Amino acid sequence: MSQEIDVLVIGAGPAGLAAAAAAREAGCQSVMILERDDAPGGILQQCIHPGFGLHRFKEELTGPEYAQRFIDRVNELQIPIQCRTMVLDITPDRQVTAISPERGVQLFQAKAIVLAMGCRERTRGALMIPGTRPAGVYSAGTAQRLVNMEGFMPGKRVVILGSGDIGLIMARRMTFEGAKVLACVELMPFSSGLKRNVVQCLNDFDIPLLLSHTVTQIHGRERVEGVTVAAVDEKRRPIPGTEQYFECDTLLLSVGLIPENELSIKAKVPLSPVTSGPTVDDSMQTEVPGIFSCGNVLHVHDLVDYVSLESEVAGREAARFAAGSTPVPAAYTLVKDGFGVRGCVPQRIRDAGADEKVAISFRPADVYRNATWQIRAGENILLKRRAMILTPGESQRVELPREQFKGIPEVTVEVVMEEKK
Amino acid sequence: MNDVIIVGAGVVGCSIARSLSRYELDVLVLEGKEDVASGASKANSAIVHAGFDAEPGSNKAKYNVRGNAMFEETCRALHVPFIRNTSLVVAFSEEEMPHLQKLLERGEQNGVPGLRIIDQAELRTLEPNISKEAVGALLAPTGGICCPYDLTFRTAENAAANGVKFLFNKPVKTVSSENGVWTLVTESGETFQARAVVNASGVSSAFLNNQVSATKYNIQPRRGEYVMLDKSEKGCFRATMFQCPGPMGKGVLVSPTVDDTIIVGPTSEDIDSPDATETTAFGLDKMRRLSTRIWTEIPFRKAITTFSGIRAHETTKHDFVLGEAPDAPGFFNALGVESPGLTSAPAIGQDLADEVASKLDAKKKETVSDDVSIWPRMRELSTEELNELIAKDPHYGRVICRCETISEGEIRASIRCRVGARTIDGIKRRTRATMGRCQGGFCTPRLMEILADELGIPQEQVTKFGGESRMVLSRLFPEEK
Repeated sequence: MSQEIDVLVIGAGPAGLAAAAAAREAGCQSVMILERDDAPGGILQQCIHPGFGLHRFKEELTGPEYAQRFIDRVNELQIPIQCRTMVLDITPDRQVTAISPERGVQLFQAKAIVLAMGCRERTRGALMIPGTRPAGVYSAGTAQRLVNMEGFMPGKRVVILGSGDIGLIMARRMTFEGAKVLACVELMPFSSGLKRNVVQCLNDFDIPLLLSHTVTQIHGRERVEGVTVAAVDEKRRPIPGTEQYFECDTLLLSVGLIPENELSIKAKVPLSPVTSGPTVDDSMQTEVPGIFSCGNVLHVHDLVDYVSLESEVAGREAARFAAGSTPVPAAYTLVKDGFGVRGCVPQRIRDAGADEKVAISFRPADVYRNATWQIRAGENILLKRRAMILTPGESQRVELPREQFKGIPEVTVEVVMEEKK
Repeated sequence: MNDVIIVGAGVVGCSIARSLSRYELDVLVLEGKEDVASGASKANSAIVHAGFDAEPGSNKAKYNVRGNAMFEETCRALHVPFIRNTSLVVAFSEEEMPHLQKLLERGEQNGVPGLRIIDQAELRTLEPNISKEAVGALLAPTGGICCPYDLTFRTAENAAANGVKFLFNKPVKTVSSENGVWTLVTESGETFQARAVVNASGVSSAFLNNQVSATKYNIQPRRGEYVMLDKSEKGCFRATMFQCPGPMGKGVLVSPTVDDTIIVGPTSEDIDSPDATETTAFGLDKMRRLSTRIWTEIPFRKAITTFSGIRAHETTKHDFVLGEAPDAPGFFNALGVESPGLTSAPAIGQDLADEVASKLDAKKKETVSDDVSIWPRMRELSTEELNELIAKDPHYGRVICRCETISEGEIRASIRCRVGARTIDGIKRRTRATMGRCQGGFCTPRLMEILADELGIPQEQVTKFGGESRMVLSRLFPEEK
């Protein structure tokens, strides 16, 4: 006895909300969102700082404000959001099992599914940081939730390992609330976060960013009492003799985000080892027909504005799939990572589709100054872009007419004429 | 006054308590830390050893083999998972093969059933991921795996269901006797008295024994570091893979766990402090290096956590010291219980309880409860069972720990039971919440909220594992009335 839904969206974060709204706007009457948390909005609800929506709305919004615009839209469109509902299973033929305190176990049969579960943070355990295991070691996002939504201060003297955007934001946030942030320690020779966050969250508050450094030991039996930080060599190994001790009660980790694809794996959706998300075509359809993917579960974004854009494609295309109006492509153009490029999305472009434009995004693999990147098909350059600087912390995105890929079996996205560092 | 005080609520102390609870006795367990299984019982290899390792005739050999044989029944009664996945001791060169033969003979002398040596071909068939260097192995079909903290907790829970009292945060400082009454004083000066004392205090056990007996012992804390790999690696090995002890030391093991993760370790390092449970760069490096002998391509990028445990190694006898101290009537030792202590615990519990009961002339109870406060585990239920349960208690429909699929109902039950969780780590070890790949990233705030609610305390008093291990240090706004 399963409930039939045309487009079932898993997750009511920015990706799920945008996808659901787009599916309805594309004419799909039967759209539903399942959300595991108590309220829609996803991680944006804990991102109370401004800086969202500059591309999308040409104004600066906080995370909750940005989310609210999409929640309002979804509500206007009368799309049901079922909260406190955890999806336990998805099958390749799109049967979904979910559970909630209010409704118990629910079964859905969807014509199309949009996976929008977001990502999780890499942990201390994954990094195998040696030391004691006291209270006071948090991932930056967990600390952000504790401070901004629960109203608690995890600690007063803080070291941050990793310079991901949430870590940078939390450096400033903890400082505002009276904590002393001693340092932000980054293993790589460059920040993994956005430049603007380094400037606005560290530099403006005189918080040192220690590049090519790492935490080599955590101290303190019950609460964190300090961390040892050391410089690392080119192979990212700690250099003996460079150790310094920071007395602190809290260590925050901002060392990477991992798309949460447990459900995708259950649905037998193939994943890319580079992005850790599903491999998709330009309609955001995974390799399992009728299952689409968008937002941070597909690949980790730095700007939510692009999550929205991408998710609208997924929602629209899911609606078309559910209606049976998706043109069957005769051929695909494969999009390959070339030199200096990691994680191109989508991985393949259809020769036919309702949208005339196709977006490609990727992350630079390293820091390149005065660099050019290009999309190349054999000898033929489809697009060339110059950049003052390319860094892994800032993903690149471009839109091209689908026409340009016609008849081309494969394109390579690559950095050229680079002058490294 | 109690009849018996057991010092230590590890797997050994709790096993003794459970066996003693079958007698008409008032039993109190005093634990220095904040919870059961707070020492070696929470941080070990989780292996139910077959028993080929120990010196024939030793307590280790005797209790290992007997304890191993008791595991099915013990775990069935306690509703804890136990799998006889077999153990393999792998030789990596022809020179090591004679050592396997030695282990086999020793095992047979100890009474280990079913031991045999297998060749490279059979080894590769059984374990396709074994390193190409492996030339053969000793196969022990009685080797198994279990969850040590689940076992300890359910053992305590059943002891409590039969009247045993547990007090935590009571580190015992002094022990003395007068006119057949034993007096224990804790570090904070609290006094407890009993007719008999059982010393199951792990790394502190020599410290207590040496206060009352002329037979002195010495416990050398020995640290073992481990790493746990994600359950995505489930299936890499079916058996527990030991290395043949050789010039490189005993080597580290790679084993599946009953929770589908993979455990790798331990190192072995004598240390000064019995509390030094930190992991070290040196130890983790060594473990990585040694583990590749078994699994060449061992994927440490799949690590979800690292930890270390402290074994209580006794340096005069190198064996378990069990039973009444010869010159201290009423003072019973379970001292120096290190590996294979987990395996031996049910048998040690039984023997020591019988010995104490006989000393105190106690009768067996006529009725015994088999309650272990089992609560429904969401991920094990059918749709119909789940719906029925959620209709009764909606908390079972709210998933708190996403990675391990643990519901709010399970978390509340783990706090409400007899020996209930009082800390975040207590919840973790009773339910597995936070033990998955996100390591509590999402559910920690929810667990703090639920624990504070159940205990009626403000969230800023919630600790990770007692003492000063507070999860958060202050509140940003005054609490709303």
